[in-house]
Amino acid sequence: MTDYEAVIGIETHVELMTDSKMFCGCPVIFGEAPNTTTCPVCLGLPGAMPVPNAEAMEGILKIGTALDCQVAEISYFHRKNYFYPDLPKNYQISQYDVPICHDGSIAIDVDGEPTQIGITRVHMEEDTGKSIHMGGGGRIHDAEYSLLDFNRSGVPLVEIVTEPDLRSAEQARAYGAELQRIVRTLGVSDARLEEGSMRFDANISVRPSGDPVLGTRAEIKNVNSLRSLQRAVAFEIDRQIELIESGGTVVQETRHWNEESGKTTSMRSKEESEDYRYFQEPDLVPIEVSAEWRDAVVAGLPELPAAQRARYQALGVDVRVAGVLVETEELGALFEDAMTAGGDPRLIGNWLSGEAVAWSRAESIAVGDSPLTAQHLVELAAMVGDSTLSASAAKQVLGGVLHGEGSPTEVAEARDLVQISDGGVIEAAVDEVLAAHPDAVEGIRGGDMKPIGFLVGQVMRATGGKADPKQVQQLIRDKTTG
Amino acid sequence: MPVEIDIAKVASLARIALSEEELRQYGEQLGAILEHAERVQQLPTEGIPPTSHPVPMTNAFRDDVVTGSLPAEDILAGAPEAEDGYFRVPPVLGDS
Amino acid sequence: MSDPADLTIKAAGAAMRAGELTSVDLTEAVLERARITESHLHAFLTLDQAGAKAGAVAADAALAAGEDAGPLHGIPIALKDNMCTKGIETTASSQILSGWIPPYNATVVDRLDTAGAVIVGKTNLDEFAMGSSTENSAYGTTRNPWDTDTVPGGSSGGSAAAVAAGSALGAFGSDTGGSIRQPAALCGVVGMKPTYGLVSRYGLIAFASSLDQIGPFARSVDDAAVLLEAIAGFDIHDATSIRGDVPNIRGSLNSGVAGLKVGIVTELSTTGIDPEVRAAVDQTLAGLSDAGAEVVDVSLPSCEYGLSAYYLIAPAECSANLARFDGVRFGLRAGGATTEEMMAATRAEGFGPEVIRRILLGTYALSAGYYDAFYGQAQRVRTLIRRQFAAAYEDVDVLVAPTSPTTAFPIGERTADPIAMYYADVCTIPVNLTGDPAISVPVELDSKGLPIGFQVMAPALGEERLFQVAKAVEDIAGFTARASLATSEVVQP
Repeated sequence: MTDYEAVIGIETHVELMTDSKMFCGCPVIFGEAPNTTTCPVCLGLPGAMPVPNAEAMEGILKIGTALDCQVAEISYFHRKNYFYPDLPKNYQISQYDVPICHDGSIAIDVDGEPTQIGITRVHMEEDTGKSIHMGGGGRIHDAEYSLLDFNRSGVPLVEIVTEPDLRSAEQARAYGAELQRIVRTLGVSDARLEEGSMRFDANISVRPSGDPVLGTRAEIKNVNSLRSLQRAVAFEIDRQIELIESGGTVVQETRHWNEESGKTTSMRSKEESEDYRYFQEPDLVPIEVSAEWRDAVVAGLPELPAAQRARYQALGVDVRVAGVLVETEELGALFEDAMTAGGDPRLIGNWLSGEAVAWSRAESIAVGDSPLTAQHLVELAAMVGDSTLSASAAKQVLGGVLHGEGSPTEVAEARDLVQISDGGVIEAAVDEVLAAHPDAVEGIRGGDMKPIGFLVGQVMRATGGKADPKQVQQLIRDKTTG
Repeated sequence: MPVEIDIAKVASLARIALSEEELRQYGEQLGAILEHAERVQQLPTEGIPPTSHPVPMTNAFRDDVVTGSLPAEDILAGAPEAEDGYFRVPPVLGDS
Repeated sequence: MSDPADLTIKAAGAAMRAGELTSVDLTEAVLERARITESHLHAFLTLDQAGAKAGAVAADAALAAGEDAGPLHGIPIALKDNMCTKGIETTASSQILSGWIPPYNATVVDRLDTAGAVIVGKTNLDEFAMGSSTENSAYGTTRNPWDTDTVPGGSSGGSAAAVAAGSALGAFGSDTGGSIRQPAALCGVVGMKPTYGLVSRYGLIAFASSLDQIGPFARSVDDAAVLLEAIAGFDIHDATSIRGDVPNIRGSLNSGVAGLKVGIVTELSTTGIDPEVRAAVDQTLAGLSDAGAEVVDVSLPSCEYGLSAYYLIAPAECSANLARFDGVRFGLRAGGATTEEMMAATRAEGFGPEVIRRILLGTYALSAGYYDAFYGQAQRVRTLIRRQFAAAYEDVDVLVAPTSPTTAFPIGERTADPIAMYYADVCTIPVNLTGDPAISVPVELDSKGLPIGFQVMAPALGEERLFQVAKAVEDIAGFTARASLATSEVVQP
């Protein structure tokens, strides 16, 4: 049985949230009645001409530099020529052989395994209109006719293409998620997959491990969530391997991901691959990015997720926790404020990334909308630090604070969770338990450490969960081995 | 020598429906015209950059300002076929 | 007073401000001339009599109230039908736009409105501005007012004929390979192509985007300058629009040519040039010399490749520019079971043969495997031509040549031979490739009584020098002849 390697590249389209469209002054807003945000330019009427949006150029430079790309000193717009009813001019203004940004990279992490993914290019183009296929169940193949809405036509679109450096469905998802985070942090797009302001196409091929030759690749479209991306890539890898193993060959084609069936299916085969007849857009002049402009963009970049995660790790949390804290702005803000106030990073980081997130999901309330403050976190961590609360008790208190029962001190007292740290009381409880379980004591004396946990548990039960488990454990050890 | 052209392929790329006879005629005419146009290949141009714009200009941008759209009625007034505010077309064969 | 329809803009303006003439009088005279001559000429596709009269009334009222919009105030002007006029049918002389009413104005049209001009109508052209005779119009050809069996030139034949006949005091056309200058020469009027980028193309139905420019037709060099001034200048809607100051177009109009160096381009004034045309050019050169200019021969060998480069670049760009005509959002729609079929049928039905020819040619020149040898090479040849012209201007102030190799040729003479037709542009094409300004000034009639045009070319943004020399040429030529149809007497066909 041959061992196969998957080779995956992802093309992402991101709609920029500028006020106006890429080449005209129509507004960029969604959900409007059809054809109400159009003009001669984005409708492709005779005589209309494009003029590029300066803010969109800033936006793409932010994305490109955030992805560590080289910025071309001079780049050009090109016409990509093909006929399709949602493309008003029957050409798309795009970039071809000299894109504005190229040769960058992005770090992704899958279960603690970091990988660098190459970014081939980042280029500027315009979005198309939307078609609705009527009759025949909404699918294009059985439609009776189609309706066209050009509101989306001309919205600024950034295309980001990776090198074929991804090797698994998990990596594909990690890449998609990190790219989404970066784009949102930059504030250039809301990057919502369900709404189409961010779209992925995945190119997948397989080859025997170690074989330098690339296999034939298929392109997968219609991936509308990160989960779909992962599932679709996983499915396609398996499909291709099975196909090859059973003697078949992978066809270079575009396949459609179907969320319900969990499969990719071949789209109606296109005629021989389109000849786009690219040529430089004569209605537009070249883009020149001076060193000063580029430097200004880089200087103006916000802290990117990778840097933010690194900063949190330096403050004392592990990579997983850092990832969660960076994911949600309010969690990160609470964490940072708590750190500024001198709180314990490990405890607070774990509480925010664990309990608070779980609570938020269960209650469908954002942590930021709860009464939890950074001060609460600092207070709670101090209570654990001075053994006023056991770790497990602290989690219960946290729950109480989230629910609005008051400050940690108030909740701990109200729920009678304050820990017993009186050495005498604990020792007495320990002695009782040891006396009640001589076999366990024998076992420990004989070198078996397992019963310690059982004995600790017994002491905790006896003290209503309020004994300091650290002290309990230490005492049990001392008394059984001393 | 007139240039040989796959005229059917060109007409398909250009989305113009032509009869066999028309294809033949246009193919011949194009071949003759290209024979003349081909003359450009006689000039040595290594190292010469192409001119796409006679204007020596870069960065002709506009500010990100909404200047408004045309009313939908004006847009749709010129539509060959419209329905409920949309442009209506016959079924689309391929996907983009 | 002579018939107001035959006045220059300058003279009409003076008369209006002296109270001798109203815009209504003027416009009426022009419309009357149009009514009489149109059955012979077919210069117009749309004659907007009601709109023109209303505009004239408004112009007179404004002037009476002390509001003077400038030299074009109340002046009747015609527009080539490839410029979008809101609410007025615009067809580009094609079936595919039959009945199309643009929902917006071209920038040039807005500027003419601001200048107080009265638009009398939309003039005939070769379909989508592709042609040199106006015979490619889908709505019938225009005839030359000097001899109605001959062509007015193209593609802006309608505008040229209207000005020559007196159906407008001035007009605008577009010039991609000579489509203003060549018909101006054939119709005995002044026609000028500005520096690329000086006049906005927003609202001009595009043919070849890196070559197209809108420019004026007039009966005098001064008038042409005035028309240009009204429309020149940066437009935010056109990204190729020049952002700097507009040249002082009329600044040196009457400065003469003493001390200037004039280069006659060898490659544009010898091979294939009609002997009478060459003789008229020589006579003009002698006149310039007498007026104090130094006349030298200039050789620009790359000009020999201009036609070839143009017939790769222009069709390539137009193949993309005309892709939007697909029956989906506007214009003609043919039947078809699928959208693909409908598009292909619409375009086959809606486009004329010359347009189809050029779209196919352009598609081919851009297609995979051929791009570099054809379109790519043509763009590099274009650079060579630009460099040679630029080098020439280090030595001379202006370059000159005939505008057209021949005078007006008979209708139907070249329609079966596209290449012969293309040759009509051999003298005018180079400056479209370089982006420089050029102007045609009528200087002489040939032995058949047909006008000969003299072409002056200047460096980019050299309009001031261009008009300076053009005015001198006009003075030297003393061309006062008028087309036989420039009359309000009814002429028997």
